[in-house]
Amino acid sequence: MVDEELKNEMSKQGIVTTTLQELYNWGRRSSLWPLNFGLACCAIEMIATTMARYDMARFGAEVFRPSPRQADLMIVAGTVTKKMAPQVVRLYNQMPEPKYVIAMGACAISGGPFKQGYNVLKGIDRYFPVDIYIPGCPPRPEALLDAFMSLQKMIDAQQLTGPNRPRHLNADAKSEFIVPKFGEHDLEPAQNSTVWKAPLVQISGTETDKSAK
Amino acid sequence: MNLENIKSEIEANVPGCQLEFVLNPSPSAQHSLRLDHAHAVAVATYLRDAADLRFDFCSNVTGIDWPAKELTEKVKVKKLVDGEEKEVEEVRKTTIPGTLEVVYHLFSVEKKHGPITLRMSTKDRETEVHMPSLTPVWRSAEFQEREIFDLFGVVFDGHPDLRRLLMWPDFIDHPMRRDYVAPDDFEYEPTAHDAVLQRANQHQSEAIAKLASEAEGK
Repeated sequence: MVDEELKNEMSKQGIVTTTLQELYNWGRRSSLWPLNFGLACCAIEMIATTMARYDMARFGAEVFRPSPRQADLMIVAGTVTKKMAPQVVRLYNQMPEPKYVIAMGACAISGGPFKQGYNVLKGIDRYFPVDIYIPGCPPRPEALLDAFMSLQKMIDAQQLTGPNRPRHLNADAKSEFIVPKFGEHDLEPAQNSTVWKAPLVQISGTETDKSAK
Repeated sequence: MNLENIKSEIEANVPGCQLEFVLNPSPSAQHSLRLDHAHAVAVATYLRDAADLRFDFCSNVTGIDWPAKELTEKVKVKKLVDGEEKEVEEVRKTTIPGTLEVVYHLFSVEKKHGPITLRMSTKDRETEVHMPSLTPVWRSAEFQEREIFDLFGVVFDGHPDLRRLLMWPDFIDHPMRRDYVAPDDFEYEPTAHDAVLQRANQHQSEAIAKLASEAEGK
């Protein structure tokens, strides 16, 4: 590896140094093509982000692909109802690796204002892994741009070899996840336990909280 | 536009129909008419077609779930106590059977009047949940009746396409009924309160117990 300072100095002199990893990550992060679909009001903000005022094309994401086969990035923009969840998971499964997911807005993260309802999935991360979460209801276009840039930073830092290499370079890692089925009362399974485990959170005023003290 | 007048007009023109005037005691005084099943379509057709009424627009259809209710009232009863007639207070319990009710709101675009409110009730909430559909009279009722079928479980006889609208076909519950129990998937609740807090607590303690047993296993 070339020292960062030395690299800067050399580039000032017109000498470009790089590594295969840098080139590879630069190529991927600069042409992230999102899948062209929206689920609710967050999609309107997503559309605004791609238009001239916010201009997501600056970051190489101007082409929203209408087919999952050509897309790298899934922006889950909006409320995922339980009736819609199998289709979203199926779209994710149909995307080729490498693929990334941004969960945009409160609904896609956790069900949002509809969490206590019977028909809304309490977070899309119950069925497949999510890389970036954006809070907001809906998040502003700047927030989506920030999430997009965070994703680019994440891709930039990926190692091509070693145990921490990304999923698409690991032949053993799964890239398809269980598509839930419509059950009589709920989706079956209600969550993919290999992907999602309920985080232990400190709920104030609970028994566990009291016993901890 | 007096509902009493409309009621007597319908009764004069639709022979045999039984209309019940449902009083709304609130200041809005939006009274309504309860239709009987046998004449509902005839009454609706009359409301739509009568030259002076012309209720040509059904703007809204809604369902209401009335679970069975137990009323306790204290009644003074004369009884013989020790050979002497006395007034004794007795607690009497009566159960009002549950029912599913559907409400229609009608306007007249042509005559620029409305709304009037129609009601229909099913016999009970379990098996006798049938009721005539008014979709053949007002096409705009189609999706709303489907939604009521989906969420309340009212079966509309004569509906052209009675399928679930919002939930999937294999779903068997009716979520807007008061005794519906939603699936318990509240494992993760960062800001839980009330009933959700109780459920989150239970999930939390189960998860902690599982973690502890796993730690012991190692």
